[in-house]
Amino acid sequence: MKRGNRRPAPRAEPLDLQLFPLGEPSRSYGPRGVVAPVAGVIEIPGASPASAISVELITQQAKAIIEGAFPRLWIRGEISDFKTYRSGHWYFCLRGASAQLKCVMFASDQRGVPAVPEDGMQVVVLGQPTVYPAQGVFQCTVTALEAVGDGLWRKALDEATARLRADGLLEPSRKRAIPRFPRRVAVITSPDGAAFHDIIAVMQRRCPTVEIVLVPAKVQGEGAPADLARAIDCVMRWGAVDTVIIGRGGGAREDLWAFNSEAVARALAACTIPTISAVGHEVDVTLCDLVADHRAATPSAAAEAAVPVLAEVRAEAVSMLFALREALVRQVQRRRDRVERVARDLRHGVARGAERRSARVTAIAGRLNALSPLATLARGYAVARDESGVTLGSTSDFAPARDFDLLLRDGSVRATTRSVHPAPGTTDENT
Amino acid sequence: MSYETDITRIETIVVELERSEVPLDDALRLFEEGIERLRTASAALVQAEARVRKLIEESDGGFTLADFES
Repeated sequence: MKRGNRRPAPRAEPLDLQLFPLGEPSRSYGPRGVVAPVAGVIEIPGASPASAISVELITQQAKAIIEGAFPRLWIRGEISDFKTYRSGHWYFCLRGASAQLKCVMFASDQRGVPAVPEDGMQVVVLGQPTVYPAQGVFQCTVTALEAVGDGLWRKALDEATARLRADGLLEPSRKRAIPRFPRRVAVITSPDGAAFHDIIAVMQRRCPTVEIVLVPAKVQGEGAPADLARAIDCVMRWGAVDTVIIGRGGGAREDLWAFNSEAVARALAACTIPTISAVGHEVDVTLCDLVADHRAATPSAAAEAAVPVLAEVRAEAVSMLFALREALVRQVQRRRDRVERVARDLRHGVARGAERRSARVTAIAGRLNALSPLATLARGYAVARDESGVTLGSTSDFAPARDFDLLLRDGSVRATTRSVHPAPGTTDENT
Repeated sequence: MSYETDITRIETIVVELERSEVPLDDALRLFEEGIERLRTASAALVQAEARVRKLIEESDGGFTLADFES
């Protein structure tokens, strides 16, 4: 059933010969298919073997009749035998419970279909019933196709998500922090939408000093994805902004679909400025939400994420000032404490040193004292000395009748040697 | 220089000043830097209310900001 790229014209092509001229009253035929000759002159084509018509003629006529009888209409059924040809055209059967209809969807008509359908999918198609003369089949030329439910949208989103993930664009590590106190915030959205007015209201209430810059873009309908991608690129080239919000208010799934465009998601992922995505309401999660640095549930929430409450920032600045001052005061205080500690230590050191020295003197004096002969005298001993003060320590130092001095604890006594008695075996003995 | 950078730097300075081994000269210099940054950061807190603008890309590739009329 392969065929060329040429699309059949929606209406019957003019035929050289009209088998059943449309609009004329139908004729009556005889029992053998032969119309009674009218005035014996005109013989109806195909009414006799002699006037047999060509296959082309009958199929072309059938095509003209079918196309004339049916306008384009929506038909529902289940897809089967789905095939994509090299030309890009789709061929499939639309099945009911007990009937099927061959369908073709040309590549040029597939743009509005979010993803390639699959066998078993319940769909509705907008199509022109026709006959394809080359194969003699009754078929339908489909120009729009929608899945029942969100099958195709889901599939398209899943596929695009998988591609973005494969390229690493969904990595949590890619997420940048949103500047806490931006000077300027760009908002990519429709100037007419409620979203922009919500964002202005919230941002001006929280932080009226922040400049809001609208970057107008088409957010839905034909050309919206391209326009959104252009706006992102435009903001990036401009660059004089701290944060970018991209989004729109809630709407039907088709209205939000531009934010599921892979091209828009990739442009957003490539944005060098931190991004906040806010598309629709809480439940709507788009590709843009997945790649943005921050996903806000609503445009108002995006505005809250983009700017702080000015009063809180002011309070923070004041507390910073206090913290700085206190830190410096503590620095000085610590130094004063240290000086005092050192001074105290010094005083203690001096005192302790003096004590130590005095203890040492006492110890030495004690030792000196112990060694002094005076101490020996104090214990009751006496020392004998001659006139010149030389100690007489041995019996040999004495001679009979020699005078000597005896040094005692409390003075001295002049004495005279009467006799000398050396002890046996010794020559050196104190008196 | 963004507010963020200034505030982060001031926080670092406070932590630095909390450490006891900072020489006094450095401590004073850090303090002065902190105050200066705080002044810069605070400038944005007191400026007049900003207007809503619209970004317009010129044909020569330049950009201008026009007042946005809602």
